[in-house]
Amino acid sequence: MASVTLEGVTKTYPNGHVAAKGLDLEIRDGEFMVLVGPSGCGKSTALRMIAGLETPTGGRITIGDREVTSLPPQDRDIAMVFQTYALYPHMTVRENLAFGLRMRGTAQDAIETRVKEAARALGLESVLDRRPAQLSGGQRQRVALGRAIVREPKVFLFDEPLSNLDAKLRVETRAELARLHRRLGATVVYVTHDQEEAMTLGWRVAVMRDGFLQQVAPPMELYRHPANRFVAEFVGSPGMNFLPGDAVAGLVPTAGTASTLGVRPHDLALVPQGTGDVDAWVDVVEPRGSELLVYLRLGAMGDGPELRVVAPPEPVIEEERVLGVRFDRARLHWFDVESGRRLE
Amino acid sequence: MKPRNWWPALVLALLVLASAFPFYWAVLASFTPEARLFQEPSLLPSGLVLDHYRALFTVRSFWLPIRNSLIVAGATTLLCVSLGAFCAYALARLEFRGKTVLLGSILAVGMFPQISVVSPLYLVLRELRLINTYPGLVLPYLTFAMPLTVWLLVGFFRQLPGELEEAAMVDGAGRLRAFWEVIIPVALPGIATTAILTFVYSWNEFLFALSFTLGPERQTVPVAIALFRGQYQVPWGQILAAAVIATLPVTLLVLAFQRRIVQGLTAGAVKG
Repeated sequence: MASVTLEGVTKTYPNGHVAAKGLDLEIRDGEFMVLVGPSGCGKSTALRMIAGLETPTGGRITIGDREVTSLPPQDRDIAMVFQTYALYPHMTVRENLAFGLRMRGTAQDAIETRVKEAARALGLESVLDRRPAQLSGGQRQRVALGRAIVREPKVFLFDEPLSNLDAKLRVETRAELARLHRRLGATVVYVTHDQEEAMTLGWRVAVMRDGFLQQVAPPMELYRHPANRFVAEFVGSPGMNFLPGDAVAGLVPTAGTASTLGVRPHDLALVPQGTGDVDAWVDVVEPRGSELLVYLRLGAMGDGPELRVVAPPEPVIEEERVLGVRFDRARLHWFDVESGRRLE
Repeated sequence: MKPRNWWPALVLALLVLASAFPFYWAVLASFTPEARLFQEPSLLPSGLVLDHYRALFTVRSFWLPIRNSLIVAGATTLLCVSLGAFCAYALARLEFRGKTVLLGSILAVGMFPQISVVSPLYLVLRELRLINTYPGLVLPYLTFAMPLTVWLLVGFFRQLPGELEEAAMVDGAGRLRAFWEVIIPVALPGIATTAILTFVYSWNEFLFALSFTLGPERQTVPVAIALFRGQYQVPWGQILAAAVIATLPVTLLVLAFQRRIVQGLTAGAVKG
């Protein structure tokens, strides 16, 4: 097990595209770190640089106490699970699992023991002699996991490992991954574009955008204290509402002048007309089983900015009516209009 | 009956007939006694004999050119595929300066008209004392076979997902080992197809084989057949029998692998 440190890591491609810029990130020994962001934000490039599949054009990468910036992948003692799984199609499951150990010259009987152990842990014993083409999607995914864990590497790297699974299997595997991490206690760097996956799995989550780190924090802190408007927008579902700073009378920022007010749909309450902070016109009501998602427009005429509110399933809310909205004053977020930075 | 649908079928039938008939005619003639060849040509086989085939191996020592062709085409294929695989892998996977130009010039070399290089090559081979030797044929064959091999293999390697060898490298294999243990086995169907095509081209080659050999001890099948023609007579029956023998293995190979070969040709053409 080991920590992973990125210091000022930059990747500029020959065509001038900057995939990562000045990344500073310290992943602690045994930590589950998630890199998250929209596609093209540089999270996969960052992971591939830790793996050694791409060489940074600037900065340093350290694994444990060893600098690995320009070492090839095979000398880094890491394991990686790819989005497409990248199983070796011409080998059986057993040979797939054994490949990494064989490459590192592990003794034959040790290989057999460890392959058996991993196969038992992942429920792959009955398919050891099959080839990847004969496996289901979930089984392939577990072989890819198994290939990583038999090696007992210093660091596990995951590149969107769940994105090829259907929704139900994805949620199951997510829990399995969390259990696996707890059992192995290994350092994990996990890339995903799915904020929910990031929040549920990560001890800390690093949000990236356009090659820059936006914020690195535990999931709840990302949710409660987003460092800027981008993080506020990206984290949490349904997404945060943003209103002009002066949209609601009586709510004023603590500092600064030109500001944007952010408030989560869960931190708003619907009350009878005239009794809240502001009146709004109910546009659409979406029942979601455990709750209602209500789309409103500010102002009694329904011509103001849009607002989403999560309301309890009872009482029933009728569309095309005017209701009051009450803001939870302890849960307001203020952002600078220009820079998008959080204002305290 | 939908008239629109039998048009293509008719055209197809004519095409098949046009390309298959000469071969059928040759096979038929190769079994017909010499005396009857020009007297009563018939589309239907009758009174067939093995005379021509027997003559090939008793009078003509036809096994000699067959052996030569096998050695030359085999060695060319072996060299091309083993060296070409490395070259093609580098071109398909590694990033380096001038890659596109290199790939283009490989294709261009493959397109050189053979006749234009015969005389200079002859001079070179004579200086190297390689005229009328196996290397004297294999080396010139590389000029057209190697570009073909590399071009086809680049297409095959590009089709493989890059994550395969990345997974192998993360698993602890160096680039060469990943190539050997993962890429080669996965690309094997493509490599086999390339080998067959290279073999066929080398097997059929005529101009270099005619120019760089002196006697029957190094002549290949196409050259030997061309030289059957004597000063006063043309042994048509034997020539056709030899043609059938030369064609058969190649035809069988291509038939057996036709689906993959078509894939290989289009991969090379479209993905280049």
